[in-house]
Amino acid sequence: MTTLWGYSISETRSIDYDKNDKTFALYLAEKVPSSKLCIGCGSCTATCTAGNLTEFNIRKLQMLVKRGENQEALNNLSKCMLCGKCLLVCPRGVDTRKMILTLIQYLRK
Amino acid sequence: MKVIIIGGGPAGCEAAYRLANEGIQVDLIEKESTTGGHLNNWYQLFPDRKSAQEIGQLLRANLEHPNIRLHLNTEARNLQKTAAGRFSVLLSDQGLLEGDALLLTTGFKLFEAQRKEEYGYGIYNHVITSVELENLFSNHLLQLPEGKNPKRIGFIHCVGSRDEKIGNCHCSKLCCITAVKQAIEVREMLPEAEIFCFYMDMRMFGPGYEEMYREAQEKYNIKFVRGRLSEASETLDKQLVIKVEDTLIGKPLKMTLDLMVLMIGMEASEGSREAVRQLSLNQSPNGFIQSADPHYGTNRSNQKGIFLAGCSTAPMNLTDTLTDARSAACEIAAYLKQISSSK
Repeated sequence: MTTLWGYSISETRSIDYDKNDKTFALYLAEKVPSSKLCIGCGSCTATCTAGNLTEFNIRKLQMLVKRGENQEALNNLSKCMLCGKCLLVCPRGVDTRKMILTLIQYLRK
Repeated sequence: MKVIIIGGGPAGCEAAYRLANEGIQVDLIEKESTTGGHLNNWYQLFPDRKSAQEIGQLLRANLEHPNIRLHLNTEARNLQKTAAGRFSVLLSDQGLLEGDALLLTTGFKLFEAQRKEEYGYGIYNHVITSVELENLFSNHLLQLPEGKNPKRIGFIHCVGSRDEKIGNCHCSKLCCITAVKQAIEVREMLPEAEIFCFYMDMRMFGPGYEEMYREAQEKYNIKFVRGRLSEASETLDKQLVIKVEDTLIGKPLKMTLDLMVLMIGMEASEGSREAVRQLSLNQSPNGFIQSADPHYGTNRSNQKGIFLAGCSTAPMNLTDTLTDARSAACEIAAYLKQISSSK
């Protein structure tokens, strides 16, 4: 947007669930049913190698996908190193590694 | 020896039956035309989905005992401790009962949802309470007033609980698991709908509860969003719009709903409050009657001979209410034995 007067309108940060595209979320739920079991505890993020070095937050990333906030999720997806430590610590048995792989796969299609 | 029980909900019924079995005479006072209290408004129980009416009938059938005198459609008007350490209860039909001990099973009151005005209950079309949803389940019908099936349903946890602005800092304890149960029931009626629960914490305290929550997520595809509803509004075409923060993402979220279910909490009943006034009982800051000791004296009050059971002391699920009632019966039987031997 050109800012003739040096001002611009801020984009809303708010999640507009009705407008968001949920096909990515539906694909994830179908391919990795265990992803529905997340209780948001954050143990995956705490143990994450990538998360300790970058902004990567796997817990938040999958939640963004579930709400249809795809762009922000995609921006971070490549930071995962697929080490699978998150999978070991998840108390609900979410297949977190497969979740990331599935999301990457979807993007490649 | 005789015990007067005030309140014919599950706690009162169970305690009456257990006392009667010990050979103790019981007068059970109930203001409504039938026993069962709030249980009568329930369709299925968590976590096993047992019929609430089945339990209600069992409790009612137990009252047909020669040692129990049931006073229906009767209110306890005036409660007094006599000089001899006994109790007299003046009834709304002018009858006067006397007993050696008093048991208060005065239950709870449901939070009045319209007090939480920003949620729009009584103002917008598609806002109902958890109790109204139970009634819809009983009638096996879940439709909007326009005759359509709702496509997106939201359950709002903690309505009237954990909210100091409306004067309730306590957790009502069983709304979380009720929401999980009801969400599953809605899913069975509406396989295509999108169902959300908006919660602050999921307090799955009972056996089988966490398992039910897990099943709700995995098998029934119920979505859980951590965030308290801040406000609901209605568009010109009567569409509900809600605003919460998705606190695990850290962004405000808005969405439309076709039906919003308010999980209303529990407050001290009028009966409990009146008993506190008339009998100089200790009261917890949240309005419920305070037990003599939180660990070892849960059924005793600060007054000798006055006992408590069920939701007169705190929000409680049915399982705990019935257990508490049996515990109170045991405590009362011991008390009566003690006073009769000291005479």
